Amino acid sequence: MNFDPRFSGRKFTSVGTRPIRPDGIDKVTGRARYGADFNMAGQLVGRVLRSPHAHARIVKIDTSKAEKLAGVKAVITAADLPDLTDGDAAMYDVLDNCMARTKALYDGHAVAAVAAIDARTARQALKLIEIEYELLPHVTDVDEAAKHTAPLINDAIFTEGLEEKPVKPSNVTKRSQFGHGDVHQGFGQADFIVERSFKTEQTHQGYIEPHACVANFSSDGTADLWVCTQGHFVYRQHCAQLLGMEASKLRVTSSEIGGGFGGKTHVWAEPVALALSRKAGRPVKLVMTRDEVFRASGPTSATSIDVKIGARKDGTITAAEATLRYSCGPYAGSWAEIGAMTAFACYKLDNVKTVGYEVLVNRPKTAAYRAPSAPMAAFAVESAVDELAKKIGMDPVDFRIKNAAQEGTRSSYGPVYGPIGIGPTLEAVKSHPHMKAPLGKNQGRGMACGFWFNFGGQTCTDLNIGMDGSVSLAVGTVDVGGSRASLSLVAAEELGIDYSQVKAIVADTSSLGYNDMTDGSRGTFSSSMATISAARNAIKILRERAAQMWDIAVDDVVWEKGHAIARGEKHGNLGKLSLKEIAVESGKTGGPIAGHSELVADGAGVSFATHICDIEVDPDTGATRVIRYTVVQDAGKAVHPTYVEGQYQGGAAQGIGWALNEEYIYGKDGRLQNAGFLDYRIPVCSDLPMIDTQILEIPNPNHPYGVRGVGETSIVPPLAAIANAVSNAAGVRMTHIPMSPPRILAAIEAEREWSK
Amino acid sequence: MAGIAVSTTINGDAVEYLCQPDETLLDVLRDRLGLTGAKEGCGTGDCGACSIILDDRLVCSCLVLGAEAEGRRVETIEGMAHGDTLHPLQQKFLEHAALQCGICTPGFLIAAKDLLAKNPDPTEEEIRFGLAGNLCRCTGYDKIVRAVQDAAIVMKGA
Amino acid sequence: MRYIRPLSIEDAVGQLAGSAGTAAILAGGSDLLVRMKGGFGEPELIVDIKAIDGLSEIRETAEGFSIGAAVPCAVLGENTDLKKAWPGVVEAAKLIGSKQVQGRCTIVGNLCNASPAADSVPALVAAGAKAVVVGPAGRRTIPVQSVPTAPGKTSLAKGEIIEAILLDKREPRSGDAYLRFIPRTEMDIAVVSAGVNLTLDEHGVVKSARVALGAVAATVLLVEEAAEVLIGSRLDEATLERLAKVCAGACRPIDDKRGTIEFRRKVAGVLAQRAATSAYARAGGK
Repeated sequence: MNFDPRFSGRKFTSVGTRPIRPDGIDKVTGRARYGADFNMAGQLVGRVLRSPHAHARIVKIDTSKAEKLAGVKAVITAADLPDLTDGDAAMYDVLDNCMARTKALYDGHAVAAVAAIDARTARQALKLIEIEYELLPHVTDVDEAAKHTAPLINDAIFTEGLEEKPVKPSNVTKRSQFGHGDVHQGFGQADFIVERSFKTEQTHQGYIEPHACVANFSSDGTADLWVCTQGHFVYRQHCAQLLGMEASKLRVTSSEIGGGFGGKTHVWAEPVALALSRKAGRPVKLVMTRDEVFRASGPTSATSIDVKIGARKDGTITAAEATLRYSCGPYAGSWAEIGAMTAFACYKLDNVKTVGYEVLVNRPKTAAYRAPSAPMAAFAVESAVDELAKKIGMDPVDFRIKNAAQEGTRSSYGPVYGPIGIGPTLEAVKSHPHMKAPLGKNQGRGMACGFWFNFGGQTCTDLNIGMDGSVSLAVGTVDVGGSRASLSLVAAEELGIDYSQVKAIVADTSSLGYNDMTDGSRGTFSSSMATISAARNAIKILRERAAQMWDIAVDDVVWEKGHAIARGEKHGNLGKLSLKEIAVESGKTGGPIAGHSELVADGAGVSFATHICDIEVDPDTGATRVIRYTVVQDAGKAVHPTYVEGQYQGGAAQGIGWALNEEYIYGKDGRLQNAGFLDYRIPVCSDLPMIDTQILEIPNPNHPYGVRGVGETSIVPPLAAIANAVSNAAGVRMTHIPMSPPRILAAIEAEREWSK
Repeated sequence: MAGIAVSTTINGDAVEYLCQPDETLLDVLRDRLGLTGAKEGCGTGDCGACSIILDDRLVCSCLVLGAEAEGRRVETIEGMAHGDTLHPLQQKFLEHAALQCGICTPGFLIAAKDLLAKNPDPTEEEIRFGLAGNLCRCTGYDKIVRAVQDAAIVMKGA
Repeated sequence: MRYIRPLSIEDAVGQLAGSAGTAAILAGGSDLLVRMKGGFGEPELIVDIKAIDGLSEIRETAEGFSIGAAVPCAVLGENTDLKKAWPGVVEAAKLIGSKQVQGRCTIVGNLCNASPAADSVPALVAAGAKAVVVGPAGRRTIPVQSVPTAPGKTSLAKGEIIEAILLDKREPRSGDAYLRFIPRTEMDIAVVSAGVNLTLDEHGVVKSARVALGAVAATVLLVEEAAEVLIGSRLDEATLERLAKVCAGACRPIDDKRGTIEFRRKVAGVLAQRAATSAYARAGGK
């Protein structure tokens, strides 16, 4: 069926209201079931043995003692997960990351696993597995790893993207480049140039729920998997491929998810749990400890970035250039490439060039983290932009407004922009009362902009109308933060019925067609598009049924405000039929009424945000306090504004943590030293002020309601906004994230020394 | 290891169970009694997701042994609502959208209940420091603090 | 593994002394259970001391205060007399962990965990607190600073339990204060800390002083030289500057995940100044 996704200005009835979410009661009463809240009869406890070494060859694994321990039902190693990836290099990396094959590549890399009757037995069994390692030299720092002299992590990797194929292997897996114009010429036209190098440390998504799953492999070759994930269809594909199953034989049910932020888009424990269950012939529950979450799951890249920007006296940027090095963990990735694409996306530039280098290190495999790669690039670029404005003597907001990208601008990564929100967010910030509020002693204000692409992708949705006129909506994008409420609003809007008549659920992989992950801020964008499409398909059937009930031509029936209306004077006395009235009769008019939709949601509108923050710095200790914080962001159309605000606030809070305190700290031995919430310091309630939000709505022309993704952009500006605020408060430019008190104090002391 | 027989009171009901000496109260609640409202976010007392009230004291149930509950009173999230009437805090959390993923919510509700029992009229700062033992990664705490403020007003009026 | 809950201190001592393998004392459990969870030791015997008569009480005597080993830190904060007499000790105890941990953790546990970064210990050392130790050989009273001997190690012998912490009755014009540095506002382990305890004469001149620093050496440091700087002063600017210098000099810190040597030295001095200023004001100094 043809579906027209174009934006059509309309007056909304449901969309834009703020009802209570359908899954709310379960979540405030403790009844909602998350990954670890599900159990099966006869279930075993799975535990994973992990490498304590950063880099080591696995010489020998002896599991015989563990196997003999009473209560142990299965022990597996890489041998139980044979390579079925058939030349798919990316999947081979996933497999190797799930269970090390020949080498342990980071502290925390899985090397074996057990399933036993209880946790105590499983723990004892792990201690009985004997592994002989041959230690290899390791490297954990991104700049060190990029050097020619660094220990090689994978000697089969030769840098891609160079003009000539290199003769020697390298930890740099790929070079990528973006831009247009001639930066050399552009810098020649500049009156002022700022050139600086920046570093950011590796952070973790920090979801409060550890990875958890229950796997049940049946002897007939079928299996069920209950798991907390951002994408159960993708998990099904990956697990089926790694275990040699047909996808349809594996049913994956997504539990409620206790936070993901990109970190639950990758399989880690799930293939292991399935393999354990297959070997033991019983269900296996596998829950990571917090220590394992930090050591073995999803951190973002550590980066090292050089930026150079030039401008004329009048404030026009003439050229901009950046070199970005991103760590990928021990497997190839495209993280620097994304950073290189986003770095200058906020600006209209005639001459721009960005180069990204992907760097292997002995750390966990890098995973997506909310607008992956963009915050670090924005930190470097927006810090330099601030400094350049200061050099020119321009207000930092005015300087950005002068150079902001607009509709029709060719972006630094290629495409030409449609209607976009960077200019409007900057104008909103310029007139925001926050910008005029007085600052106290040792306080500084900073602002910064951020960009994110937003994704669309494959989406499938079912809308079923019950005989009582109530509507069940089954979607395949996992609800990570209230999307069942938003999608119910969209279904209610399109059908013209009340929100309370719609009940949305997330369907399992056997009940619905394939859906991509809830990532790239696509959940509400793409599933709302599929919901609108499904609702329109249902309306077509509702009209047909009404026509049948009235015995008139279907073309004479229109759908308005939840009712079929007979159009034209000849039907003047037919009145109207409500959705419920039609549904009640459906058994007699042709059976159940449903709308189905399967589509690729194209045209996710890019999103921009500008943040303002005030920071106080204690010059004697380097301690910081966030005094005030404001987020301004374009949502396209806010379907449920309260949850849009929540996304803005949550992204800002994660960014604040990243900017000030969060970091992976490795010892010289290559071991992670702070694998816990005590020393990996995510912000607590008393660390933050209220986070003010302002939602702008610049409709996305490629969505019927104008919706854009909103989830990720909010984490892009904070690193830079806070760095600019701290730099203004402390009187010294901060170039290393996180700006922990020791780093700030050292910078202040160095400045004092220098100015003596 | 021999199991330890424990008699205790959970959400007003007399409960008996056997547990191992090294088993935490959180494990007992979740794995033996089916009360999975308290969550394990860290197991080391750093996230507050397993918060319960033990004899009128807010504690992390991951830092209490199951054996220690002998003769004591345990309150969990499952006992917060009265029948189908939500506690004002639960209602305000819903109205303010003070949860996104919801994994930290039971812990926050229990901690907020304890906070308001001891200080019915807290300032924003007192709420923020009072809830500092509960980590939330989704909301930035803004809507949680507002929900607690609003609930305090409702509860004072009640 | 066995779990027991003795009703008398003698029984507890007997069980601990008679245990063949490793035994652990359980009061609040906020360190013990974390160690067990992390796989750092699985004691064969856990002796829960909370049912022992008197151990869960704070008693005010003619000599001062006796704080039982099983009193949670939250209870210290609810005792107005103790808070009035020893505000620095109470604020230190109240800084350990979260509200949830406060409901369980004890100052004796904090002391016996023997972390150089323990929050209550610098304040107790500055206060001149004593520990009542009960063991197979009877009862003895020792200064708290002699309990931790190295990170994770104490001077207690097998079978010995600290029954209570004693704090002296306050002389007039006395005040104490404790400050720590943490990167967040809550939930962190001290990167560096300082406890200061002062008594003034009737002219507002410091008559006696004790200064203790935390997280800057293997055990909490009692810095006598810093006390000497304060004695005889009214905490003028020059005194405070000397105090910072002496404290920074006394530190023997390390670089670790929580802070650097330079940072700890510098901030030890800053915190000592601020804690001294606060203690001075509490003692009535102007």
